[in-house]
Amino acid sequence: MTPIDPVEIFRVEAQELLEQIEQGLLDLSHTPGDKELVAAVFRALHTLKGSGAMFGFDALAGFTHHCETAFDRVRKGEVQATPDLVAAVLNAMDHMRSLAEGRPCDAHVGEALLAELERVVAAAGGSQTSSVRANDPAGAVPVGVGGADTDAAPRLKTWHVVFTLAEDVLVNGTRPLPMLDELRALGDCHIRALTDAVPPIEALTPTNCHLGWDVLLTTDRPLSAIEDVFMFVVDDMALEITEVKGDDAVDVQAPAETVSPLVASATQAAAQVAPDLDIAAAAANGDAKTARADASVRVPAQRLDELMDRVGELVIAQSRLKQIAAASQDMNLRSVAEEIEHLASELRDSMMSVRMVPVAQLFSRFRRLIHDLCRDTGKEIELITEGETTELDKTVIERLADPLIHLIRNSADHGLETPEERLAAGKPAAGRIILAARQAGAEVVITVKDDGRGVNRDRVRAKAEENGLLAPGAVISDPELLQMIFQPGFSTAAKITSLSGRGVGMDVVKRTIEGLRGSLELTSPAGEGSEVALRIPLTLAIIDGLLVRVGTGRYVIPLSAVEECLELTAEQDVRSTGRSVLTLRDQLVPFLRLRSMFNTKAPPDVYQKIVVVSTGGERVGLVVDQILGDHQTVIKPLSVFHAEVGAFSGATILGDGGVALILDVGHLTSEAAQHSPAPLRAAS
Amino acid sequence: MPSILTVDDSASIRQTIKIALSSEGYSVAEAVDGADGVQKADASAYDLIVTDLNMPIMDGLTMIRELRKKPAHAGTPILFLTTESDADMKAQAKAAGATGWLTKPFDPDQLVKIVNKVLAR
Repeated sequence: MTPIDPVEIFRVEAQELLEQIEQGLLDLSHTPGDKELVAAVFRALHTLKGSGAMFGFDALAGFTHHCETAFDRVRKGEVQATPDLVAAVLNAMDHMRSLAEGRPCDAHVGEALLAELERVVAAAGGSQTSSVRANDPAGAVPVGVGGADTDAAPRLKTWHVVFTLAEDVLVNGTRPLPMLDELRALGDCHIRALTDAVPPIEALTPTNCHLGWDVLLTTDRPLSAIEDVFMFVVDDMALEITEVKGDDAVDVQAPAETVSPLVASATQAAAQVAPDLDIAAAAANGDAKTARADASVRVPAQRLDELMDRVGELVIAQSRLKQIAAASQDMNLRSVAEEIEHLASELRDSMMSVRMVPVAQLFSRFRRLIHDLCRDTGKEIELITEGETTELDKTVIERLADPLIHLIRNSADHGLETPEERLAAGKPAAGRIILAARQAGAEVVITVKDDGRGVNRDRVRAKAEENGLLAPGAVISDPELLQMIFQPGFSTAAKITSLSGRGVGMDVVKRTIEGLRGSLELTSPAGEGSEVALRIPLTLAIIDGLLVRVGTGRYVIPLSAVEECLELTAEQDVRSTGRSVLTLRDQLVPFLRLRSMFNTKAPPDVYQKIVVVSTGGERVGLVVDQILGDHQTVIKPLSVFHAEVGAFSGATILGDGGVALILDVGHLTSEAAQHSPAPLRAAS
Repeated sequence: MPSILTVDDSASIRQTIKIALSSEGYSVAEAVDGADGVQKADASAYDLIVTDLNMPIMDGLTMIRELRKKPAHAGTPILFLTTESDADMKAQAKAAGATGWLTKPFDPDQLVKIVNKVLAR
């Protein structure tokens, strides 16, 4: 596997960090004194700054540094996390986001934000003099290892190095022997161990370092190269480096060199004893804990898509195998085919679950939106989220963000009243928007509900008439009237505010949801607020389908929509020629003859079948020639030329290589609903 | 092949360290915070540990102290990552028992150089 570019990881990470910071700040605005929140925000800012500087996001690192400094002071209790301070950092977030995305940014904007931050920090109790921006961005200059190679004179010099390490140096992971090796690598080297400080054996602590060294080194390397050897220990040791002039000063006994490493390794060995004993003890204790269960792996979404594609192809190949096996007498082949079918379906399910992410990820973004909406509308709005653990396909989640933003804006702008109006109507001053998710079968239902004034029918009607969507005075049912809102170009806001009514309307929301093979429904009992329910299929890629035949064509009905399969009796068939309704357990269910819809010429089967499907509470029967069985359906989208064909939502490849169209059940039920009242009246 | 454990809550930093050190022939394992670091270090022996200081759940200082308490890790070199502005953190980390440090932002070659140095390769 090729390593992923850390810069790419950083980009993703920066988004996550910004989300964490934002979340933390929003929470802080409710509980200003929460130390843990402050620490969490500080930590995220710190990481953002540090990693930003690592990967060349210098502007981001520099800017974030100031916010970090402000929060450091909050953390240390020097400054209060006042609402103004939180708001100032929140405002700065958007700038950070732009910087993290590498978008061109106006430096003045950053300056203005920092000036504001400085002002609120001062107001929040920061001392006047030590401003936020007092100390400048973190270490743009890495502390080098032997950075100053420039003072080098390529001339041989002799150095006398005497050093004694701190007693506990072995405990800190420093090893004297590699240090001596390093010195030796610099040039001609004579080393003598200083054993004066070694205590008598009974008083010796084997884990301590009692030795010192006396080294005579002749090298062409600069002094800094020698100092580098001691870079991590220099503060806690005795070190003396002097240059030896002339040849007369050699007072180190050369033979000692052979002795000193031995002594050094003895110390080393002593330090090793205790660890070895403890390893055994730790093993006995079963201390070797297994890796953390929640460890996760970051994978680019594209790889998941590729994998999903392969699984799709596998499922297609598997259905071919199934067909071949079914026609064969070979029991071995049949059992293998069955096993592979089982595995393929398991693989498909695990593949789907890999792509699933909790909607919490999506919901958490809206808290900021509500925060801004409160400010912009002057309304008090409380966002309540439910069912955050409900999971949905990652692609679906991403595509849901915009429609939900629109719906929430609509609720805040049109639905909820001002605090005065609410109090006058006997409601609490703060309006509520409830964002809820739950799973229902193979669908996830997401509802956006508010406790505002509800949809104003008169205004909807007036607007629809004005736009020519509705003939003046036409009689339509209440649900039909509400549906008008989803017509293109419809907007009821008397004046266009910055929040909603910016040209894209509910029709865009509807189209997006339908693009996800979902549906939406608006209910609004007058005066009791409104509720929009989005029903979204769990996944976009593979579904369980029921394969049927109509004439010579084969079609797939999503199994999740299928309620039951019946035979169309000759009696019902005759009675209901033309417009069709059948009685199913005392309920009238309209049915559609797919043969006539698809203009099928081939002679019908003697016994016609009805597949009863349902969506959103509506039931409808689809009359087909034959029910072929279940089919793992890999959905392939129709081409742009066929996108307008309403009755089909896609196509799939069958085991024998043929193509079957996938029926759009939602479309068919509404088709049937339009036709059903007529036969009812005709029959009565 | 010496093995190294990198402890950092930032995946991008972990990846940078991993790429730099594995290209030098080290085998590199990752831990996402101090607690994870202690657990991984207990589970398998590492020749060196590179850790961040500022992490959720358990910070780097606490992790270094925890590790130094255990004789099994008493001699393991531990390098920590710090920033210029964290001068007092550096002193604290050294007091906690760290072997050396690296100042962020760091050059991967510099990391390799220091690790080679500490492991005396």
